[in-house]
Amino acid sequence: MNGTYFIELFLGGLTRGSIYALIALGYTMVYGIIQLINFAHGEIYMIGAFTALIVSSVLSFTGMSPVLIFIIAAIAAVVWAAGYGMTMEKIAYKPLRNAPRLSALISAIGMSLFLQNYVLLAQTSDFQPFPDLIPDLAFLKPIETIMNTTQFIILVTTAVVMVVFTLLIRYTKMGKAMRATAQDMVMAQLVGININKVIMFTFLLGSATAAIGGVLISSHIGQINYYIGFLAGIKAFVAAVLGGIGSIPGAVLGGFVLGLTESFGTGYISSDYEDVFAFAILIIILIFRPSGLLGKTTRKKV
Amino acid sequence: MTPVLDVKKLRMDFGGLRAVNDVDLHINEKEIIALIGPNGAGKTTFFNCITGVNKPTAGDVIICPPGATHTKRINGLKPNVITEKGLARTFQNIRLFQNMTVLENVMIGRHTRMHAGIAGAILRNKKTREEEQKVIDDSYEILKKLNLEQFVNELAKNLPYGAQRRLEIARAMATDPFLLLLDEPAAGMNPQETHELVDTINKIRDNENITILLIEHDMGLVMTLSERIYVVDYGKLIASGAPDDIKKDPEVIKAYLGEDTNA
Repeated sequence: MNGTYFIELFLGGLTRGSIYALIALGYTMVYGIIQLINFAHGEIYMIGAFTALIVSSVLSFTGMSPVLIFIIAAIAAVVWAAGYGMTMEKIAYKPLRNAPRLSALISAIGMSLFLQNYVLLAQTSDFQPFPDLIPDLAFLKPIETIMNTTQFIILVTTAVVMVVFTLLIRYTKMGKAMRATAQDMVMAQLVGININKVIMFTFLLGSATAAIGGVLISSHIGQINYYIGFLAGIKAFVAAVLGGIGSIPGAVLGGFVLGLTESFGTGYISSDYEDVFAFAILIIILIFRPSGLLGKTTRKKV
Repeated sequence: MTPVLDVKKLRMDFGGLRAVNDVDLHINEKEIIALIGPNGAGKTTFFNCITGVNKPTAGDVIICPPGATHTKRINGLKPNVITEKGLARTFQNIRLFQNMTVLENVMIGRHTRMHAGIAGAILRNKKTREEEQKVIDDSYEILKKLNLEQFVNELAKNLPYGAQRRLEIARAMATDPFLLLLDEPAAGMNPQETHELVDTINKIRDNENITILLIEHDMGLVMTLSERIYVVDYGKLIASGAPDDIKKDPEVIKAYLGEDTNA
């Protein structure tokens, strides 16, 4: 067994895992608060990537430095995707707040199909090249074969997002309101929390992190089309379930477990079975730990 | 004097079931009022209607906070809006935020009285920091009043039962209410704890100027604590008045003991 190859796969797995984790956060938060699997979440990630592509294409005519373009494009993507997320909640989920859960789920699938086809119409089904805007960092030169700059940026950004996220949930007023709403929605209202605001903020936050994931992975892979959100969304959903849906640390852990499994699986066994590994591990976890790695086993009171 | 809470002909239908049937009730400032009745009489539904958990089918819920110049009709408003207007409640089963600390539970209630928004939370300017510190200080004061300061950083779920009950009251008080609605505050308490609860409720009324409406099955507590009692049965108000009159009321005896008391 080759040591460098192992490290390469490991870092590759972490990179994938970061992206899955970023998307899975949105799934798990929304589920934690309104018990809805937001199947349109992958589409938000795709829209984030497209927004960055459009903004950076426009800005490339201005002759700005690539780094600046990348940063502006990323911010635009985050803002725009957050807007999409909030609008989606308002028109597709809010009217169904008191409806049976299945109705909201169907609405989510409808939203997903709508967004995919809307982007298909606007952007065609061809893969669009995503500009390589991140310049190579000099200090990564010696280990270029193992980890390139984009991977490095992905890992660092994800780490920063996770830390900010944790602080936000743990210490801010909105974070406390989110935790309270997730635990008991009626009681949260009775202590004066406006749950509409909390739910909207949850979608905003989830969409923003998904968009960050979208921008990062697109600059890593270099091309995007209207369909990238589907598989990424499903994989992130797997990550969220793997970690225990509703649990934020669980989503992060699930993302990394999934990314590493895929990376090692494709590296040591066969790359033909890339997606098989993801779903095989989901099935195994669901058999032995139905509530996920960090999920709480709910005991029903009799 | 205008009552702080004036409920007129309140009605709540669930499909064909009339859970609350044209109930009238009023409370004056700094009174302690009990709402009693057999199980399933509609007492909790009545609370739910007042606090916005359920939307009443008909009737009026009118409040006049102490010092306010005019009254306000609040039925149909959202629970969080009603809380902001100064009504707070507890539930008969404990509904704390179990995975949060004792302090956080109270702080959540206190945040209603805070004005900094998301922008403030991100920028963390001086005003926000001061406000947050004030929330913590106020919350701690409230915990002290209910003898909970030794648990301040414990998770709510790890507290002994009696302390959890007190924390529910503390959280409700944190929203700065003028009217506190307690749903079976003594449920599951031993006589010693019930005795302390009577003191606590009296103190809340006397020191904090909070008016109290409570649902309770413990007749000892009801009779010692309340100034007036309302009795409901099958959603209808069957009697109201001073404790001594209620004890002797034949309608009330019938509702509690059944029609045929000779057996």
